[in-house]
Amino acid sequence: MAEPILSVRNLQTQFAAQEGVVHAVDGVDFDVFEGRTLGVVGESGCGKSVTARSILGIVESPGRVVGGQILLRPAKGGAPIDLLTLSPKAMRDIRGPEIALVFQEPMASFSQYYTIGNQITEAIRLHMGMDANAARARAIDLLDMVGVPQPSRRVDEYPFQLSGGLRQRVMIAMALACDPRVLIADEPTTALDVTTQAQILDLLRELQQKRGLAIILITHDMGVIAEMAHDVAVMYLGRAVETGPVGEIFSSPKHPYTRALLRSIPTVLAKPRTRLPTIAGSIPHPFNRPTGCPYHPRCSEIITGLCETAEPPAVGEASREVRCFLHGGRP
Amino acid sequence: MIAFLLRRLALGVMTIWLISVLSFVIIQLPPGDFVDAYIAQLASSGSSVSAEEAQAMRLQYGLGQPFYVQYGKWISRVVVGDFGESMEWRRPVTQVIGDRLWLTLLLSLGALIVTWTLALPIGIYSAVRQYSVADYIFTLVGFIGIAVPNFLMALIIMYFAFKFFGASVGGLFSAEFAMAPWSWAKAWDLAKHLPLPAVILALGGTAQLIRIMRANLLDELRRPYVVTARAKGLSETRVILKYPVRAALNPFASNIAYLFPYLVSGSIIISIVLGLPTVGPLLVKSLVAQDMFLAGTIVLLLGVLTVVGTFISDLVLMWVDPRLRHQMD
Ligand SMILES: Nc1ncnc2c1ncn2[C@@H]1O[C@H](COP(=O)(O)OP(=O)(O)O)[C@@H](O)[C@H]1O
Ligand SMILES: [Mg+2]
Repeated sequence: MAEPILSVRNLQTQFAAQEGVVHAVDGVDFDVFEGRTLGVVGESGCGKSVTARSILGIVESPGRVVGGQILLRPAKGGAPIDLLTLSPKAMRDIRGPEIALVFQEPMASFSQYYTIGNQITEAIRLHMGMDANAARARAIDLLDMVGVPQPSRRVDEYPFQLSGGLRQRVMIAMALACDPRVLIADEPTTALDVTTQAQILDLLRELQQKRGLAIILITHDMGVIAEMAHDVAVMYLGRAVETGPVGEIFSSPKHPYTRALLRSIPTVLAKPRTRLPTIAGSIPHPFNRPTGCPYHPRCSEIITGLCETAEPPAVGEASREVRCFLHGGRP
Repeated sequence: MIAFLLRRLALGVMTIWLISVLSFVIIQLPPGDFVDAYIAQLASSGSSVSAEEAQAMRLQYGLGQPFYVQYGKWISRVVVGDFGESMEWRRPVTQVIGDRLWLTLLLSLGALIVTWTLALPIGIYSAVRQYSVADYIFTLVGFIGIAVPNFLMALIIMYFAFKFFGASVGGLFSAEFAMAPWSWAKAWDLAKHLPLPAVILALGGTAQLIRIMRANLLDELRRPYVVTARAKGLSETRVILKYPVRAALNPFASNIAYLFPYLVSGSIIISIVLGLPTVGPLLVKSLVAQDMFLAGTIVLLLGVLTVVGTFISDLVLMWVDPRLRHQMD
């Protein structure tokens, strides 16, 4: 396979709170490829959003990236650069033209005090050096491209004048304003109804085909993963516990947590009105990280005496890794 | 939108009318009337007034008539611009008030400007650098500012100004200009005297506004749209000033109107302490003397200014808040 456009290696992000340190991201590894979608899946609170913000270098205080590498392959070719070593100014030039973000809450993620045109064009003018008229024309083109009807009128409207689905389209247009190579979509459809959800996912797929975008699609929904992802990273408590091509993740999941997630998808074959299986136990409080394998308190296949004490290393080749002693790596 | 503005205007006129009635009622509430107060004052200085004289005075001012007749006579003259005569000063009310109304307005405006230019940047800084040393210092100074009454502050500043600079900081004019007609020299003299009282008057409000701005902004800084702005690659200063500060400022537009009466009532004590020729001390004196027409006029004028302020504040709010503007249509 080709070189990854973005590689995250052993990324660690912590929040220093008064009660202790929250290891929100605790050694995440994954690769993202041009024209492909990496689905990042895991229960809420496992560190997906913090991972996204770490990649862009916009983790808010008291959070801090404390270790790892975020390697971006330059557009012109050459050796990958580690984003964590860039100056704040150089990092700002990455945000928008190289890597862009689409957020979960289209309403809250826009300012209600400026028109959508204003909010789209400011990035265009900043990064592409266009004047006001050219930037406006580009904003209208972008709105048209993401399927906003009457874009030349909508461009002067405020976010609160749009429907939820349109707002998310505008958010995508804004993310694409400076032609990024990597698009991170953080639960882009969670706040939308099912029909709109399908339309937004279609739009993302279409944009990817047209532009060869690399997409990191963050979700807690295995259904969305099945529909969208080429590759999958399953996250648990700040760590990617299993990665692999989507087909293999669904046909032969290895980690007990992945299997549990898959059991919780509704299928058309299931008997009506039966309860979906849920994953036993609840996510540990971030201050009380379990020792050993973080999943062991909830795991049905725990190897007593081992999983409580030792941390399973990643085993397998780079494109198909799992962190579980059932699959090797025993000390 | 026009309909809304007209409605607000009508409401404003109603409010002013209500203020005029209420002020008249309140001025009449204490037992006795101006003549009683006048007799008591003369008695304390050893002279006296005969019963006939007193009766004549009551007749002259219509004091014996029922309340609504007195009010009706007064207000019907007020609407054509005749505010009547001050009983105590024996001169037209407008002459007695003279420049005081504008000086009050000027002082309040000065205090408002000082308040905003100090409070907004400090509030922004304190929120962005929450729990920094500077934030703690501003918080401490702010609490002192809220806790110390401003007349005490005025006295302290006067004392130090006198002790160390030999300067007398009272008044809004130097002695040679106090009675002089308006001229450029007099205006310049006013400009030199205005800042200190304006700062003293502004202190309490500034401290409060810092707290409000800090809290508002802390709230806004946590919102997702700030992350969006950062993700666009804007510089941190730009992100903060364009987005969360803009949102945190919005409530202040509606605050303008309420700040004005607050500043005027705050200026009364300071004006007495610093000997400023504003309407505050005049109002207090006229209330003590039960000088109805003077007191009524002052209260009414302040009411009108407040209503006008509210109206302006509505306009500003509509101008700065797109959501409000769109609700109107
Ligand atoms: N600003 C913050 N301060 C402290 N802890 C935080 C902060 N933001 C996120 N966290 C912690 O980081 C962990 C991961 O959060 P997040 O990445 O938002 O999860 P999700 O996978 O649902 O997106 C959570 O345990 C959360 O408590
Ligand atoms: Mg999240």
